Amino acid sequence: MTSPQPRIGIVRFPGACDDRDASWAVAALDAEAVFVWHRQMELPDLDAVVLPGGFSYGDYLRCGALARFAPAMEAITEFANEGGLVLGICNGFQILCEAGLLPGVLRRNRSLTFVCRDVPLVVERSDTPFTTRCQDGQMLTIPVKHGEGNWYADDDLYAELEARRQIVLRYAEPVNGSLNDVAGVVNERGNVLGLMPHPEHAVDSLLGSADGALLLSSLVESARERALAVV
Amino acid sequence: MKATVLVRPKQGILDPQGQAVESSLRQLGFSVEGARIGRVVDLDVQATDPTAARAEVERMCEQLLANPLIESYEIELSDGTA
Repeated sequence: MTSPQPRIGIVRFPGACDDRDASWAVAALDAEAVFVWHRQMELPDLDAVVLPGGFSYGDYLRCGALARFAPAMEAITEFANEGGLVLGICNGFQILCEAGLLPGVLRRNRSLTFVCRDVPLVVERSDTPFTTRCQDGQMLTIPVKHGEGNWYADDDLYAELEARRQIVLRYAEPVNGSLNDVAGVVNERGNVLGLMPHPEHAVDSLLGSADGALLLSSLVESARERALAVV
Repeated sequence: MKATVLVRPKQGILDPQGQAVESSLRQLGFSVEGARIGRVVDLDVQATDPTAARAEVERMCEQLLANPLIESYEIELSDGTA
């Protein structure tokens, strides 16, 4: 018997632009992508949720500040609180921070310019559901494209996050002014990850790098294990 | 009542927008420092009692208008006749 395809929800907000890439990427990695409209009050049966990148609600007020109140976000918060896997990419990361599901906040890049290029990343932890296919200390090349990726937490919060090992990915060089080059953060429970780089744009070496597939296939595998555990 | 909310980057928080504008002002020949950029939100609130109106706008700030990690806010109220 072949193992079942896990069902991964891709949330579509008005102004999202990476939903199709995210859907294509998880499908290429042997998962079933299920689009979730932002006005849906309830989630279909899912094994994981991806909040893709884009400019939800025009990035008005602060990035992610308005998307956080979308009806689907209430269901996703409940899903996360029950231990469901949630991955936020770029704008998805901003939304998760605004929603309080992840610590910190993403501010305007220090340079004030939009950054769009491949960046080197270091995997700080390979024991999260999103990094099982990686090694500790592994270098990945994954593109970023954002104007507000400058992650910040105050000293006390940052010390807590370090002590609990919640920093999962760091830039190997300065990219946007992010505190201690933080690129990706996981919640305390370990089931919600946000990152600024776009793994869904790096799943085929034809496009420069396939390192994003390591992260997304980790997610697909973790989702599959959960799907099997339920059956 | 009319309410005006001023949202500012907190003291000590890096404000690259303010820095960029400050450097442009200097290029124009102005001697300035400490430029900080925030935002203004004007609101008409239904509450007519100033205490109730202020409490309501404070809740708006806490829940949406400001991010307490990096921003502070100030509320100004008027009866709208001015």
